[in-house]
Amino acid sequence: MTISVTINVNGQPETRDVEPRTLLVQFLREHLQLTGTHVGCDTSQCGACVVHVDGKSVKACTILAAQAQGAKVTTIEGLAQDGKLHPMQEAFREHHALQCGFCTPGMIMSAVDLAQRHPNPNEETVRHELEGNLCRCTGYHNIVKAVMAGAQAMRG
Amino acid sequence: MYAFNYHRPKSLADAAKLLGDASDGKFIAGGQTLLPTLKNRLASPSDLVDLTGIAELSGISVSGGIVSIGAITKHGAVATSADIRKAIPALANLAGLIGDPAVRNMGTMGGSVANNDPAADYPSAVLGLNATMHTTKRKIAADSFFTGLFETALEESEIITRIEFPVPKRAGYEKFRNPASRYAMVGVFVAETADGVRVAVTGAGPCVFRHKEMEAALSKSFSPDALKGIRTDPARMNNDIHGSGEYRAHLVGVVAKRAVQNALG
Repeated sequence: MTISVTINVNGQPETRDVEPRTLLVQFLREHLQLTGTHVGCDTSQCGACVVHVDGKSVKACTILAAQAQGAKVTTIEGLAQDGKLHPMQEAFREHHALQCGFCTPGMIMSAVDLAQRHPNPNEETVRHELEGNLCRCTGYHNIVKAVMAGAQAMRG
Repeated sequence: MYAFNYHRPKSLADAAKLLGDASDGKFIAGGQTLLPTLKNRLASPSDLVDLTGIAELSGISVSGGIVSIGAITKHGAVATSADIRKAIPALANLAGLIGDPAVRNMGTMGGSVANNDPAADYPSAVLGLNATMHTTKRKIAADSFFTGLFETALEESEIITRIEFPVPKRAGYEKFRNPASRYAMVGVFVAETADGVRVAVTGAGPCVFRHKEMEAALSKSFSPDALKGIRTDPARMNNDIHGSGEYRAHLVGVVAKRAVQNALG
């Protein structure tokens, strides 16, 4: 049995017939070919799959596509506008906040949510707020620097 | 995950009917516990009935010394509610310690309480604050709600609609977290309520429980020192790869003192 699910993804309504057990991350990667959202642990611990659902960070491996029916979802592909990187993406590039880059999409999505709630975060806040995002290259030092700079750039 | 049918009713009556009609249905709210369980194929329900489309299950209100929280209220909303932080700061603090920010944006209070995971945080606040679960059938007091490991007094197709917390004189929560899962190895919620001092311990045993010796001691003197020398029976504690019964029993004493300190501010 399949059900019809419509989700607004990066500003575009997308309707697909999917099995009810389809996870949001599968909907994005396998049905929409938006492979920027990564699956790291598949156990809601690593945060590589973080996307925004109605503006809030959510682990896309631990929500059914059906639960996001009618919602607005933003993925890493939806952050840049008119070919210009989002300030948080730019900050990650500027501060070399990645090594292998696998965790980066989730880190950036969590960081954007963090900066929206804490416009001027200190280092302690950033480290605490990123507890649900793991970087197995252990490149946290530059990630924290980038998030603080990105939050500042988002303030404008 | 095994295949299942998915429903998202708009009313409590429809939700109960859908569950009743299913051969082996389960309610889902935020799904932050249920979905990992399904992904590990530890359960295979025929139907999932999503409760998050039911408007009357949402909302936070504070009046007459009671904080009333709709069952599908997310942990993140409890943690950041100015009303809850003002009335029962310990409850808002506890919500902010559950999982991580992304998990708190999905997980719900009703889901956590109905699931009664032995290491979940909310059961300790519900028991410590002497809260009342309002369901589709009745009101259930905290003292008779949590009946065992993942077991509650809820009947099949009975749904928690909201939880009412009486505002205490003061309360504090402290949690010693498992660093990987962020669940409580030991969590203690201490409250000085109109009916006396209550101490609820989660994570340590197979089900959240009240620590009567600590309650008696704190009733005489509400201070960390009052807990000196009170022992917790290691035989009643969980004993697993994360810690022995002796270790957890010791932690209960340490964490309870910190909870009292938190309550004192």
